[in-house]
Amino acid sequence: MWSAAAMLAGGALLPAALRSQDPARGVRIGLTYAPGTKPGVIVAPVAGAFGDSVQAIVQRDLDYGDRVTVIAGAGVLAAGTASATTPNYALLARLGAAALVQCEPLAGGRVRVTVHDVGAQRAIESREAALVSPAPSRAWRQSVHRMADEVERTITGTAGVAATRVAYVRGGRVWAIDADGAVTEAVSEGSALSPAWRPDGGALAWSAIGDAGSRIVVKELATGRLRTIGATPAGLNITPAFAPDGETVVYAHGREEGTDLWAARLSGDDPARRVTVGRGSDNTSPTVSPDGLRVAFTSGRSGRPEVYISDLDGTNVELLTDFAFDEQNYRASPDWSPDGRAIAFQARVDGLFQVAVITLRDRGVKVLTSEGKNEDPSWAPDGRHLAFTSNRTGGAELFVVDVETGRVRQLTHDRGARLAAWSPRLGAPK
Amino acid sequence: MTQQMSRRGMALALGAALLAAACSKKPETAPAPAAVPPGPTAGIAAATGGDSAARAAARDSVARAVAARDAAREAALRKVRDDSIAAVRALASKTAAELKQVLLATVYFDYDKSDVRDDTRAALELKLPILGANPSLRVRIQGHTDERGSDEYNLALGQRRAAALKRYFTDRGVAEARIDVVSFGRERPAAPGEDDAARARNRRGEFEILAGGEGLQGPR
Repeated sequence: MWSAAAMLAGGALLPAALRSQDPARGVRIGLTYAPGTKPGVIVAPVAGAFGDSVQAIVQRDLDYGDRVTVIAGAGVLAAGTASATTPNYALLARLGAAALVQCEPLAGGRVRVTVHDVGAQRAIESREAALVSPAPSRAWRQSVHRMADEVERTITGTAGVAATRVAYVRGGRVWAIDADGAVTEAVSEGSALSPAWRPDGGALAWSAIGDAGSRIVVKELATGRLRTIGATPAGLNITPAFAPDGETVVYAHGREEGTDLWAARLSGDDPARRVTVGRGSDNTSPTVSPDGLRVAFTSGRSGRPEVYISDLDGTNVELLTDFAFDEQNYRASPDWSPDGRAIAFQARVDGLFQVAVITLRDRGVKVLTSEGKNEDPSWAPDGRHLAFTSNRTGGAELFVVDVETGRVRQLTHDRGARLAAWSPRLGAPK
Repeated sequence: MTQQMSRRGMALALGAALLAAACSKKPETAPAPAAVPPGPTAGIAAATGGDSAARAAARDSVARAVAARDAAREAALRKVRDDSIAAVRALASKTAAELKQVLLATVYFDYDKSDVRDDTRAALELKLPILGANPSLRVRIQGHTDERGSDEYNLALGQRRAAALKRYFTDRGVAEARIDVVSFGRERPAAPGEDDAARARNRRGEFEILAGGEGLQGPR
């Protein structure tokens, strides 16, 4: 509403010469469509060597975003929606489309992306995107995903999360899979658990399990550099989580008198600082709030494992929820949502773990899964999707659930995949 | 002669330790006290505050039940003590390979617990004199869990189990530095499968020798 008004005002005031240059450049107004419905979107066929791949990737990314309905099929071709031609808006509207996306290959691996508002019968966005060559490499696919995320922003007002990856564990190693499930890459050697992304997406931390104990390792993804942090070589060092500053790592350090949370700096030689005082209990799996002030974690301090929240200095401890799902409560593996408003966790329901989300404002609980055993949720950067482990198809696999609609898709086809960690939005490599 | 004496002394000391340990837990073999028959007569007698004969009968019944319970408990403890003494005595005649087997025998835990069970206690009592008789022996105790529970929390539970086993030995005089602990949570199961039998075998403490494992001596 505001943007539309601003554009109208701008249009009225700008000299005609300037206005004619690029009517929509830099202005995003989104589409007008009924709230609660998913607008229909048609992605026009894309010319060029990998045009079909571009169209397929953008279609799938928009579909996985769960905010629009992708319309595909013969009718679309009949509409004559080839890029860079004037669209047949009336026909598009009859096909149910609220928006049309055209991608026109340019020289030097660039693409002109145009988004049309079918109802308004005009282009609302037209800009160039750079694709990383060579196609169809992993980097190229990621650049197509970034393009699709921007298209989703133009149409819905919220950027997509296609240009992200999900780190996970299988066969003792850390892997990273693109959010659309297309490409998987090994990140660690050896025995590793509980990967966690640095907020800039440039590094992963995990717990390296050795014969004599475990340690927290951080890998810079660009250079491959490995660091051990925490300076607590012996004993148990598990479940790292980055604070929003990208410098502080909170993790669980186990000694003979119990396992507590500690905080260490990534750089510098400061000694690790103890966070929780569990008095002999086990405290693991921290997740730091997006404002960096609080931490949620699993603790057995009252007997059964429960999720607690405390300040990052360990004070002001409170139980996340006393809601009873099961005769014997067991709640674990919290993950704080990127908007700070909710925490996802696993809770035992009728003897099996299920993924649940609690809203912090009113402590309302929503259980999202019911099929099989479902564990270790991790939020996507949109605060709307969760990756989690499920054995619903037999072996452990990663799945993604849309918290709004409950729609679920399988991410890995790997048997034994678990402990998902969804990356932040990943920018172009520098 | 003196050797025999000291061996018996060691065995007796161990027996006493076991007895003390056994006393701290309710022996499962002790029967519940025989119920005092709260027959209609006794009830009426109690209510009316009369009939001393019925009251005396009830008192006798309680006394008999208590005596029977004490006798059963005493017998159970005697058996535990005798078995333990016999087992520790038997250690003295074992070969180095057999001693290693006793030392490395895996012990088990209850679900979500790190308490040392009675059967585990008996196994640890056999390992203790081997640690005592071989001062250069160093071991590492691995804590493991079954596949239930959170993958991450299980690592802490495994650590707690290994630490509980270590504490059993250090509380009885074994030097801290001779025992390392490590947890593998559910990462290295001993038995595949997710049934109760497999789970029971996976909730365990394993022992490995770090140093001084050659030519183990039995207790003397």
